[in-house]
Amino acid sequence: MRSLVRPAQYLALAVYLVFLGFPLVWLVSASVKSSGELNSLSVSLLPQEWHWDNYAQALERQGIVRSAFNSLVVALLSTALVIVIALPASYVLARVKGKVRMAGVAWILVSQVFPVVLIILPLFLVLRTLRLTDSLVGLTLVHMTYMLPFALWMLQGYVAAVPVELEEAGAVDGAGRLTVLRSIVFPLLTPGIIATAMFSFVSSWNEFFFALVLLQSPENYTLPITLKMFIGGEGKVALGPLAAGAVLAAIPSIVFFSLLRRKLTSGLMAGAVKR
Amino acid sequence: MARSRRREAVALVMPSLVPILVLSVAPLVIGIALAFTDARLVRRPDYDFAGLENFLDLADNALFWDSLRIGLTWTVSVTVLQLAAAMGLALLLNSGMRLQGLTRVLALVPWAMPPVVVAIMWQMIYSANSGPLNALLGSLGLPGDTNWLGDFSTALPAVVLVGVWVGMPQTTVTLLAGLQQVPPELHEAAAVDGARAWRRFTAVTWPSLRPIVASITSLNFIWNFNSFALVYVLTEGGPGGRTMVPVLFVYLEAFKNREIGTAAAMGLVLVIVIVAVLALYLRSQFRHDTERGR
Repeated sequence: MRSLVRPAQYLALAVYLVFLGFPLVWLVSASVKSSGELNSLSVSLLPQEWHWDNYAQALERQGIVRSAFNSLVVALLSTALVIVIALPASYVLARVKGKVRMAGVAWILVSQVFPVVLIILPLFLVLRTLRLTDSLVGLTLVHMTYMLPFALWMLQGYVAAVPVELEEAGAVDGAGRLTVLRSIVFPLLTPGIIATAMFSFVSSWNEFFFALVLLQSPENYTLPITLKMFIGGEGKVALGPLAAGAVLAAIPSIVFFSLLRRKLTSGLMAGAVKR
Repeated sequence: MARSRRREAVALVMPSLVPILVLSVAPLVIGIALAFTDARLVRRPDYDFAGLENFLDLADNALFWDSLRIGLTWTVSVTVLQLAAAMGLALLLNSGMRLQGLTRVLALVPWAMPPVVVAIMWQMIYSANSGPLNALLGSLGLPGDTNWLGDFSTALPAVVLVGVWVGMPQTTVTLLAGLQQVPPELHEAAAVDGARAWRRFTAVTWPSLRPIVASITSLNFIWNFNSFALVYVLTEGGPGGRTMVPVLFVYLEAFKNREIGTAAAMGLVLVIVIVAVLALYLRSQFRHDTERGR
């Protein structure tokens, strides 16, 4: 009886691996198949011949490079802004006790609940008044604002892990608060800052809804919007280049997330369990 | 001294507070206000207070209620299946098997990918004539010509499966971290008492996981209810509105029909629904915990 448990477990694990992994394998495989093979009725997991043209084509004619550059600019800028403005605030959030902290934490949680769809309408009007719709600056500001709650939450956790005694020692030596922050606290937060920055970058790089609503001119499209536009619209889709573009769009996120794996788990756990 | 410290704190918080107030709190307040107007999305906005008119109109809008029903079906199915599948995988990974590293990396990839890429990938898999799913079914002697995303009866389940694929990994990782905090002595004691696997799960594992399950279920529920990109790219709400989740419905009302007032009213109704469902769920959790004397 006991001896049957292990094989059954491995069978179950294999089912999971296929469920999780097969779509990925299929996408990558489609990205190197010729269009003849992609449209043929005989379906095979691996390509009959490897066909790298799809990547070249995706890069050449589909506006991918332009929109990837836009995505990169928006993601880098909004990430830098998030860190710079969230860092001081997260310090206050972690160190101040009582009602202020309660209010801050409550807002962070509530901000996760509100359907973006309710905020997007007035946000669109506000940005239109500022002449910032259909602009990468506007999108950057929006991404920054919507990454803030999570960044604050992650960073304040890292601040709380820095012993207060270190700061007190600095203060005794006559350093002002800002000096203490700059020379003692912030350097200790570097790993947390890097993790938060990577998470913010990926959130912005992947973001779809705001970009769809705010951007109108194709030269401003971010990568997700350009990919979506490939599918909709004119007639038959070139599946190979589409798959190649999709693979390229997924690479930064996957690389960052595999680096972040441990930190995210512990960070999210802290959020889930702490009361 | 105290005053200067307070001033310092305000100065440190201000850079975050300003964008939050301008781009998050103000839009929220305006959004609620818009629900009571007849605003339309035009170049030169000109709108009047409309009282409860939008809400009264909504009561008659069968399409909106359909989309709410579809949205709740989508959200509940995805959330429940995510939890069930994730629990299975977490238990497997926690039982000391090989391939843990591979599985864990593989498990985070779906969550990390841009939703657009996920949607494109699954469109290929579901494709009626060149997709691997139909090819597999065909080779098993089953009917292999279903138009998964285009057929009235299969579209919603097909989209739900993608939702599960995307959200399951993160849930797994969180559950796994929770499982590793269950003291092994509890399991050993239960095993010594002769408890079988299922009994050990219900008596030891599940009770210790309850707080984590409650919080990730709530979060998953919110995320799934609010998720837009996946369904939008997969089906655009079709076929025949069978996958028209409410967020998508409101988006179309606002930016295609240009009825901002109506759309804002719909958004407000959605907030009320989501808060009500969560309150009911959390209250039942709380009651359960107090009954057990915690």
